[in-house]
Amino acid sequence: MAQSVDLSGRELRTSTALPAVEVREVTKVFPGPHGETVVAVEDVTLTIQEGEFFSLLGPSGCGKTTTLRMIAGFELPTRGEIWIHGRPMGSTPPYRRPVNTVFQNYALFPHMTIYENVAFGLEMEGVPKDEIRRRVLEVLELVRLPGMESRRPRQLSGGQQQRVALARALVKQPEVLLLDEPLGALDLKLRKAMQLELKHIQHRVGITFIYVTHDQEEALTMSDRIAVMDRGQVLQVGAPAEIYEAPVNRFVADFIGESNLLEGQIARLEGERALIYVDGVELAAHRHAQEVQLHQAVTFALRPEKISLLATTAEVAPGHVSVTGVVEERVYIGTDTRYMVRIGDQAQLVVRMQNLTHQDADHFQPGDRVQLSWDPAVARVLVE
Amino acid sequence: MHESLSRRRGHRAQFWFLFTPGAFWLGFFFLLPLLIVLVYSFFTRGPYGNVIYRWTADNYARLLNPIYFQIFWQSLWMAVTTTVISLLVGYPLAYYIARQRQPWRNVLLLLVIIPFWTNFLVRTYAIMVLFRTEGVVNAVLQGLGVIQEPLQIMYTPFAVTFGLVYGYLPFMVLPLYASIEKFDFSLIEAAQDLGANGWRSFLRVMLPLTLPGIVAGCILVFIPAIGAFVTPDLLGGAKTMMIGNLTQQQFLKARNWPFGSAVSISLMVIVSIAAWIYFRYGEEEML
Repeated sequence: MAQSVDLSGRELRTSTALPAVEVREVTKVFPGPHGETVVAVEDVTLTIQEGEFFSLLGPSGCGKTTTLRMIAGFELPTRGEIWIHGRPMGSTPPYRRPVNTVFQNYALFPHMTIYENVAFGLEMEGVPKDEIRRRVLEVLELVRLPGMESRRPRQLSGGQQQRVALARALVKQPEVLLLDEPLGALDLKLRKAMQLELKHIQHRVGITFIYVTHDQEEALTMSDRIAVMDRGQVLQVGAPAEIYEAPVNRFVADFIGESNLLEGQIARLEGERALIYVDGVELAAHRHAQEVQLHQAVTFALRPEKISLLATTAEVAPGHVSVTGVVEERVYIGTDTRYMVRIGDQAQLVVRMQNLTHQDADHFQPGDRVQLSWDPAVARVLVE
Repeated sequence: MHESLSRRRGHRAQFWFLFTPGAFWLGFFFLLPLLIVLVYSFFTRGPYGNVIYRWTADNYARLLNPIYFQIFWQSLWMAVTTTVISLLVGYPLAYYIARQRQPWRNVLLLLVIIPFWTNFLVRTYAIMVLFRTEGVVNAVLQGLGVIQEPLQIMYTPFAVTFGLVYGYLPFMVLPLYASIEKFDFSLIEAAQDLGANGWRSFLRVMLPLTLPGIVAGCILVFIPAIGAFVTPDLLGGAKTMMIGNLTQQQFLKARNWPFGSAVSISLMVIVSIAAWIYFRYGEEEML
């Protein structure tokens, strides 16, 4: 974004070293309907870098929307402080914060035309009329809605309304754009298209995006970094691959993608490698520098696509470990085939094998004895 | 063919069944008397209060007399004042009620409606008890030493306006409540997010979107207020005469039915103009 010298006293947006948004030890407590208190956000600390596409991901009620609303200024933290580009926000009202929001239900003004909706924010700033006109038309071009200026919101489709909501916030050229599940109301196909488009738009305007979603796939697709939240707390912050490949606990492993999660005890420790005793079998995983004790109760975590199925007679790849099991179920899902394999009395592992050739799909039948092999380095020991 | 014919016959039967009773009622008890009043307004009063059936526009010409013009003007002024005060008091009240949790919200709404359960005359007498020279208000003010001599509150335009606001406030609050309750408050957040402070987001977003309730409330207060005669009669006395009192006086005391009719018709014209404004705005909102 172009940096201009602002003589009106507003601090300059120059230093790239300053994070776009810092959430420092923020707690939000709401009064409940029956006099009790509800802790919506508990001691959350986040640092969001300039130009980042940052997602807050978690199930409903995890505190992600409350966090976003505190950044926007609709809620004030009970404890802690929110900083935007090095300025503490304190109790600054929403209309004086350098951020804008795309609301979940769009919140377009029904009594105004599309043009008036988008122009509203600039009018409030006192921008001259001809400049408003230029910027509104420009931003409508950006969100691919030219020629819609004189329509009313209700005359537009859901996808178009979504674009208007985006245009209305972007036209203000905010330092940070906040998006509260903006694609939640759209159908799957439109949502996928808009995910890509949002990403393109973010690249073009270069504004920091903070994106709230409960859709893990959406977060993985779009984000530079993700904060996974549950019950008011941030569990893990990292790049999509990091969150997916190295979840810090059972919740994250379970919430992001599909995971085999088996509970057991540490049977043996061999340096990085830990052998976890699960239901009569020993499963090898890496402890990734975590401190674990012998006989400690832990969870063995392994993604289904990281396991290979082999005939019992076949040779296991070097460095891989294997256990034997019986195929219980096979589901063909086009790109892959999903197998449910029993490895102990209770324990089962889900395996996903890519269908690279025609024959791959019916290689193993339910009832077949098979070998399951994996690289212990990709299996993880999760400690609660 | 037969089927559609019988169906059409069914429609016709339904039409007569649903439409006729109400239409007959309104036609016979509203339109006909109204027509009689309209016709009478062009006749003349006889020497003994009878009606002489001779066409004349004198009754309307007489209304231009400053005395009557003054009464019309005062009525209009008081009705407008009543409407404005009701709006200024009613909007915050309706807003507050609409923002409460259930069941508290319904309890508050009930409290707004409760005065309707008692007789209007009794309530007006209660106001008299408050405003009399030896009334509650004067007693309290004198007791506190704010005033030495009792204030003359009764029989002033203030007392009448107060009585009218008190009587018609629920008609303002209820439509306002209906409008505000439907209002999507996330739009206020959107406006604030875009840089509008509380006042500007109210003016630019909430006010236009609750306009139908405002217009409906104003009409519902203005129309009965401009034709009121009990309240001005009891609280205003002879000094504060409104159109309603003039009409009543002409029909019952002066026994001048033709002139009373002309006054009524003139009032109806004023009210019709107000109603026309209402429907015009109402239609705009339908778009």
